Amino acid sequence: MRDPDPVTAPAAPAARRATPWRRRRGPRRSRDPLGLRRALADRLLPGLVAAMALLATLAAAGGDAAAGLAARWQAGAAAAVTVQLPPARADAAETVRAALAALPDVAAARVVDPARLQALLRPWLGEAAAGMQTVLPLPVLIELHLTPEAAARLARAPAAEAAALAERLGTAAPGIEVEAHGLWVARLARLAAAVRGVALAVLALVAGVAAAAVGVAVRAGLAARRDSVLVVHGLGAGDGWIAAQFARRAARLAAAGGLLGAAAAVPVLMLLRGLGASLLAADGDGDAAVPGLAAAPGMLAVADLPWLPLLAVPALAWAIGWTTAQITVRRWLRTLP
Amino acid sequence: MLRFTGVGLRYGAPARGSGPGFAGGAAPETLRDLTFTLSEGSFTWLLGPSGAGKTSVLRLMQCVLRPTRGEVEVLGVAVSRARRRDLALLRRRIGAVHQDFRLLPHLSAFDNVALPLRLAGRSESVLRAEVAELLAWVGLAGKQHALPAELSGGEQQRVAIARAVIARPALLVADEPTGNLDAAQARRLLALLIELNRIGTTVVVATHNEELLLRHPAPVLRLEAGRLVGAAGAEPRPAEAPGGEPGRDAPAPAPAGAPPDDARAPAARVSGFRHAGA
Repeated sequence: MRDPDPVTAPAAPAARRATPWRRRRGPRRSRDPLGLRRALADRLLPGLVAAMALLATLAAAGGDAAAGLAARWQAGAAAAVTVQLPPARADAAETVRAALAALPDVAAARVVDPARLQALLRPWLGEAAAGMQTVLPLPVLIELHLTPEAAARLARAPAAEAAALAERLGTAAPGIEVEAHGLWVARLARLAAAVRGVALAVLALVAGVAAAAVGVAVRAGLAARRDSVLVVHGLGAGDGWIAAQFARRAARLAAAGGLLGAAAAVPVLMLLRGLGASLLAADGDGDAAVPGLAAAPGMLAVADLPWLPLLAVPALAWAIGWTTAQITVRRWLRTLP
Repeated sequence: MLRFTGVGLRYGAPARGSGPGFAGGAAPETLRDLTFTLSEGSFTWLLGPSGAGKTSVLRLMQCVLRPTRGEVEVLGVAVSRARRRDLALLRRRIGAVHQDFRLLPHLSAFDNVALPLRLAGRSESVLRAEVAELLAWVGLAGKQHALPAELSGGEQQRVAIARAVIARPALLVADEPTGNLDAAQARRLLALLIELNRIGTTVVVATHNEELLLRHPAPVLRLEAGRLVGAAGAEPRPAEAPGGEPGRDAPAPAPAGAPPDDARAPAARVSGFRHAGA
């Protein structure tokens, strides 16, 4: 009627006038025998999956960030121990530092510059700080950086290990006071692990809800195309063929939703990163935990985004759509002979 | 071969949930104690008033329904014991013409007819010529790309018939296939059915069309309220006599001689179609 194939129906005069657009119509339809393009075309499914994907991306990025922070704390702060020397023994600072540096647990030891100490106190003591030296002598501070093994031991058993470490340091340099950050670092690490666990739980929940949404959409599609499915079943179409029709469509819609959600997450993540970076930059005086961000707070690198979750979410959405549709359709088909 | 052994059917009976094959609540038995055998290559009329269960019998033969009790054996496969995968393959060897056509509304006439070949994995180049030839034979050469909704009832029925025979089924079941055809078209269809039967297809046709019966006397299965009726003995096993002696129930003797010429010509073309593709 519209575009008879010129080879098989040369006599039909309309064929000569058929435009290329018309000619494509036949084959295009034949790839969608069940008419699922319309039955499973509602914008609801991609929209729902997009919302899920946004949540999943944010949760995954949050979990990532928490893990990164935990690792940073364990490598950085946990490895740092501050030793105080009474002001009276200020002359012995260099001797004590050398003694501590020689210990097997200590990677490096450094006497904190008195000028920097005064700078730290200035906000509280004002300009008087400079003259306070004689009235209120400041202690000498020595910063120790532990070896990775010692830091790991400290992170594992903060209370016991901190005491043992203090004893070892005290034997090497009597009269010092030791302050290890191990305890609160361990607590923060536990918090980070908990945040990670929550992120994983949110991911699992979101995946479950997405699967349920796909399942409902596929059921609606089955109901709408019940007659067509029964016809192809009667013609000898196997479960695999019928399920594949639905799975292809559902997977494509879910993946589109996943892409949409991940794309929507990018500006949100950029914003959060930007806030974090400006915080670190304002705080930092060379000790910033993320040197790259502190160095160029304005230049937020695209490479810093959590690309793994951003790319994994659409792929996961595709897989959820495909699997859910396969299971839903095959289960329904099993009620037929 | 087609063998029904003590077949009973109750819609909604198997407590397997709400499947489409079992829709409906606890209903009385639609079919009761059907026992008959149709030999390979036979031609059988299925007669009976509306609601007698003709369509249900045809659906059982098409293997889209399992009997509630008894056993249906189609082309050597016992349906109740077969695996689902094997039943799907079996259905590809069965052509079915439905009363309500059951064309896929989203596919053109061409794609509807091509569907069985595509499901069987035939190549597009082979399939294209075969489908075009068959559509031309049923008089729809110019309407290959029309959607079913754009076709008249008679045209849709012809598409449905073409779809049922395109894969050269070993068994063809037809439910009122002439319901929407005029007399000439009905004769052409009958000639096609006879020709398919002549080259080995087992054919079962449910009909009310007395004229067809007159033109082609053949064994009869007569249903009433879900049971086989008629004289016991010969009736339920009409095709077992290889001579194809008309059932006792069959209407008046056929007009002498072969089908009229207008029917024979297309039949010859169908056999040509078959050999060309085979």
